[in-house]
Amino acid sequence: MAHAKNHDYHILNPSVYPFLGAVSAFVMLFGATLYFHDGSPWMALIGLVGVLYVMFAWWADVIHEANTGDHTPVVQIGLRYGFILFILSEVMFFAAWFWTFFKHALYPMAEGYPQVMGTWPPEGVEPFNPWQLPLINTLILLLSGAAVTWAHHALVHRNDRKALVRGLATAIVLGLLFTVFQAVEYAEAQFSFSGNIYGATFFMATGFHGFHVIIGTIFLTVCLIRALKGDFTPEQHVGFEAAAWYWHFVDVVWLFLFGAIYIWGS
Amino acid sequence: MADAATHAHDEHGKPGFFTRWFMSTNHKDIGILYLWTAGALGFVSVLFTVYMRLELMEPGVQYMCMEGARLIADPAAECTPDGHLWNVMITYHGILMMFFVVIPALFGGFGNYFMPLMIGAPDMAFPRMNNLSYWLFVAGASLGVASMFAPGGNDQFGSGVGWVLYPPLSTTEAGMSMDLAIFAVHLSGASSILGAINMITTFLNMRTPGMTLHKAPLFAWSIFITAWLILLSLPVLAGGITMLLTDRNFGTTFFDPAGGGDPVLYQHILWFFGHPEVYMIILPGFGIISHVIATFSKKPVFGYLPMVYAMVAIGVLGFVVWAHHMYTVGLSLSQQSYFMLATMVIAVPTGIKVFSWIATLWGGSIDFKTPMLFAMGFLFLFTIGGVTGLVLSQAPLDRIYHDTYYVVAHFHYVMSLGAVFAIFAGMYYWIGKMSGRQYPEWAGKLHFWLFFIGANLTFFPQHFLGRQGMPRRYIDYPEAFAFWNQLSSYGAFLSFASFLLFIGIIAYTLLAGRRVTENNYWNPYADTLEWTLPSPPPEHTFETLVEPEVWDKQKAH
Repeated sequence: MAHAKNHDYHILNPSVYPFLGAVSAFVMLFGATLYFHDGSPWMALIGLVGVLYVMFAWWADVIHEANTGDHTPVVQIGLRYGFILFILSEVMFFAAWFWTFFKHALYPMAEGYPQVMGTWPPEGVEPFNPWQLPLINTLILLLSGAAVTWAHHALVHRNDRKALVRGLATAIVLGLLFTVFQAVEYAEAQFSFSGNIYGATFFMATGFHGFHVIIGTIFLTVCLIRALKGDFTPEQHVGFEAAAWYWHFVDVVWLFLFGAIYIWGS
Repeated sequence: MADAATHAHDEHGKPGFFTRWFMSTNHKDIGILYLWTAGALGFVSVLFTVYMRLELMEPGVQYMCMEGARLIADPAAECTPDGHLWNVMITYHGILMMFFVVIPALFGGFGNYFMPLMIGAPDMAFPRMNNLSYWLFVAGASLGVASMFAPGGNDQFGSGVGWVLYPPLSTTEAGMSMDLAIFAVHLSGASSILGAINMITTFLNMRTPGMTLHKAPLFAWSIFITAWLILLSLPVLAGGITMLLTDRNFGTTFFDPAGGGDPVLYQHILWFFGHPEVYMIILPGFGIISHVIATFSKKPVFGYLPMVYAMVAIGVLGFVVWAHHMYTVGLSLSQQSYFMLATMVIAVPTGIKVFSWIATLWGGSIDFKTPMLFAMGFLFLFTIGGVTGLVLSQAPLDRIYHDTYYVVAHFHYVMSLGAVFAIFAGMYYWIGKMSGRQYPEWAGKLHFWLFFIGANLTFFPQHFLGRQGMPRRYIDYPEAFAFWNQLSSYGAFLSFASFLLFIGIIAYTLLAGRRVTENNYWNPYADTLEWTLPSPPPEHTFETLVEPEVWDKQKAH
């Protein structure tokens, strides 16, 4: 920049990624609409590739900036605020799915509603036994969260790189295991996604959660790769911290899903 | 890519057109982009209303015919009413205004440009993400426009389900139009959420040294609170419209009783967002009006802290009153009583604000420049809209008024007149700062009077129509409603003329307006930090953070 900058905030160079990302998002969603109406999926897929490319390139830039000293302490605080706020918006997104679940579980529809209430689960629906696979998945996810905390402590208190890598790797493997078990569970479901409210709420709520588990696993994997390359110091590790927060958020959402939909709702 | 851009930047001193406007990481440029885009979409949206008022000017259908839409009535030619076209008009007027005009102008435009300046921040916290917000808004608006021309219900183009997208209409309407509209709202929501994260972080993390929260300017506060409303309510809407999407395309039954779903649930989710949305629209306006009134009364604003906490209270209460939009869907009596009481409570913080503005005027040396006229107009119209709002908050009265023109009049007084007057006040207040050129005062005043008379002529008679029982969202009406409808249409044409005048004023100002040489071209009571900068401000502002001496008038304690 031509002028002298006398503060610690991060003033960025122009970047084409926001524009490219928005164009890709437009292509993806327009393509998705065509696909919904019996068109081919190609346009949506091209848009999706564009979105993924922009994410990759953009965050690569962010990591580069972090490694070249743009992330001063005050910028790091800002990044933390930003990420916490993002998680908060995610919490509110799940609020919509819990809303539809609790509405239908507490006030099930029936002929003559609202004077007459139906039952929950609706007649003919055979829900999962929460004390089998769902309980195992709960333990897996909690254990995974503990592994991330282990890695975090290793980094912050002892700068123990080995334990950092082991903790992250453990968390990732457990996260993958959760996803696999969840897929097994879906395959065994006795109710379908369409045509009944139980399946709709169940699959959309746990499905969005599963999607977040996958995102979190990718996030942790990026952190693992960065840790192996020597990134993160006890003083500066915003990316790792964000991944850990995100992972705990995914954990907590699962606990609510497990308590509400699997245990109470069955 | 970024490196190449930096080089181009250094060599020529000025970035190229594409770099400056498409790859921007500058909050002022992005703010300008927001204002232009919102203005253009606003013009389209206003054209729709003019066409609707033209159709409603006389009983019978003369313009929106199945035989083809007309601009000139032709009594000789046959005209079969085209209700779908009418529905499309009201739907896109609402969607455009709610999602793509008012919030982008106030929050994206003025918020981006002036919030960082007011708190002395060199830019936003996440300048690159700021640009993503802007371009996602453009992408969303493009999907919205595409939806208008895509095959929709009734074997025609566009969707005609109303901006609220209530099922079962929205889940059963054929064609791609509805899906595109849903995705448009998704993108606009993502844009707003990212913007909200940016604004909150900027406000919390980047205030200039010494500017404690209780010293931050009211407009900055209003943007901060608006950002919280967006952050917490838009994701819920995103969930709700995702349910619409799966109901439409994947056979889920969230809102379909045949599969155990509940269409009223959608209304709850929509209004859980929709009511905070009303405050997202009006809160930045509150901020602008506070500064304008203080400047032109030549007094500091009365009751700064109560003004701040009144906005906080309005923000919090905005989340717990949503079902007052739904008194007629069969809520239990206790639910209705609760929502009625909670709604009336909002009159308290709103009253604090209105009376504080009046107290600011009291004993002031008032200078009726154009921004001040618009602020006065805002006060008057917003208060009328607020009072009819109190009427509508009464469940028993709402039973009668629900879905009548009384409601239309009410929310246009608050939003179209309240928020839009605030936008114009902001435009005239700051255009010299943004462009370095000042508007001709007489033209601004003429614009105000034309618009003030036009808007009141449009919407005041609609109260009477509502009381007479005329339902909203209809293309036609019986003879008995003719008189007030005709007046209302004349008002709409006058307002449209004033809008054309406004476009002319902007064009004249930007091309040939008097150059502004002072940093502060109003008076010392325009005392926020943007008035310490040249007009227009340089590309990078506050490269050296300002000291409290520059802005803090109460440093003594």
